Amino acid sequence: MTAELVIFFVLAALAVFGALSLILQKHPIHSALSLIVVMIALAGLYLLLGAEFVAAVQIIVYGGAIMVLFVFVIMLLNAGIEEHTNISKMAGPPGLLLVIALAGFIAATIARSTGTIQSVAQTGQLADTRSLSNMIFKDFVYPFELTSFLILVAVMGALVLAQREKS
Amino acid sequence: MIPFLQAHADPIIWIVKIALLLFIVLTVNAYLTWFERKVVAHMQSRWGPHRVGPHGLLQPLADGAKFLLKEDPTPAGVDKFVYFLAPLLALALALTSVGLIPFGPDPIRIFGHDIYLGIAPPNLNIGILALFAITALGVYGVALAGWSSNSKYPLLGGLRSSAQMISYELALTMSVVGVLLIAGSFNLTDIINAQAKHPERGVFGWNIFPQLLGFMCFFTAAVAETNRVPFDLPEAESELVAGFHTEYASFKFAMFFIAEYTSMITVSCLCSIMFFGGWLSPFPASWTFTHYLPSLLLIPAGLWIIWDGIRYETVFGKIILPGVGTVLTALGLALLGGLAVPLLHSVNEFIQGPFWLLSKIFVFLFVYVWMRGTLPRFRYDQLMAFGWKLLLPLSIANVVVTAFVILMWGAK
Repeated sequence: MTAELVIFFVLAALAVFGALSLILQKHPIHSALSLIVVMIALAGLYLLLGAEFVAAVQIIVYGGAIMVLFVFVIMLLNAGIEEHTNISKMAGPPGLLLVIALAGFIAATIARSTGTIQSVAQTGQLADTRSLSNMIFKDFVYPFELTSFLILVAVMGALVLAQREKS
Repeated sequence: MIPFLQAHADPIIWIVKIALLLFIVLTVNAYLTWFERKVVAHMQSRWGPHRVGPHGLLQPLADGAKFLLKEDPTPAGVDKFVYFLAPLLALALALTSVGLIPFGPDPIRIFGHDIYLGIAPPNLNIGILALFAITALGVYGVALAGWSSNSKYPLLGGLRSSAQMISYELALTMSVVGVLLIAGSFNLTDIINAQAKHPERGVFGWNIFPQLLGFMCFFTAAVAETNRVPFDLPEAESELVAGFHTEYASFKFAMFFIAEYTSMITVSCLCSIMFFGGWLSPFPASWTFTHYLPSLLLIPAGLWIIWDGIRYETVFGKIILPGVGTVLTALGLALLGGLAVPLLHSVNEFIQGPFWLLSKIFVFLFVYVWMRGTLPRFRYDQLMAFGWKLLLPLSIANVVVTAFVILMWGAK
């Protein structure tokens, strides 16, 4: 077992543990914290794949900005322990079914794939910052601009919605 | 024993480095509190700490003992896990960020291993991004402490601080983009080396000259990120008792305290590295006589401390201060001996980088303390307006202008 493989399994276990904890925790803040663990474990996995920039951005944007906003909103609303209504209790059995289906699907895909985890962990410098920015700003510049336009529209929409009614 | 050490050289070097850096950072933290109290006291025509040890120099030790020995009550109704996690998170993240700072250009060669000053390897390509990632996570320490304490003042402090840190993080990140454009790299060592492109320009080659606006935005935003005066609203005493750490006592309080002072050190390091040439000397590279500046500073300082110690009232001070002074003078003389002895000469050359970097860091730490002694606190709405309406547009303008200039005329 190489060091990369050990780190991969540790991070993967952390991500799965965080995801499970996210669902099973009763309190919204604990769920949010679990989600942060998932984000950071994913960032570690990206780092393992040689995608340094993506890893850092994953932590800055998802681990930092977005999750801080989640935590902030939960704190601001002072949300308590979640209550189970009848409908949310009903979601259990079909959810379990979906989980089994998805797990089977993933297992089938893994069983059929030829690559090993070893080879994935050693692809190395696939996505250094320079080649990534070349891809975004040269090869895919129009999709990139379109996406940013979409985000701009969403931001303006949020502004309009949040504006107080003029009396 | 020796083969074992040789076989596991890398991990051993790492562990020793980490332990050493921890020791240094924590000691500097402790004496930073002493320095801050002294400087602020003199600004307010007081003496500051002067009872424990000569000039109050043992005050940090006494404070440390106090933090360790005080009762550590856990308030009723706290969220236990998060309540204990928050100070740990704050301290761990603050200390990690110091580990990413490179402290000198040249490695020390010990038993065939090149050991760089600083824990992160010098070819860490995402240096500055990793630092921002840690800063981004740093909000949680404060926010979670505020929330988990189950008390209204900490909650308000935590809310304020999360809002403040989210707002100022944008300006903080945007303001360094100019520097990154000039250097063309996220690597801190590369950023410093890019400022040494013209060695004869000395201080005029630093990023501060093209990036004055960027530096001002960065330093302001960084002070706000570290929750220091004039942006210390999360712990505004008059309104919120002690803000997010009101309910923390004993060593858990000390952990927040250490985290705050450590992030001050990190910010000072970043300012020096990104805008003030890091370990580069402000003089042109051909002025080699400036390499004896450290010894020329050490000798008078040492002699002054000896003279001061002889006049000191207490016997303890009469022993300690001349001792320290003698050590400093001897150190200065030894470095000056580099004029004749080759080994001392190479030592003197080696300390040039760290000497300049540490001097710059010290200046920024002084500015922090200076601001604390001078500036009044912002009002909350002023703080938000300042961040969003002035700092962010200015830093974006700085990015646009820098990018335009580099596109037209190239980076220098």
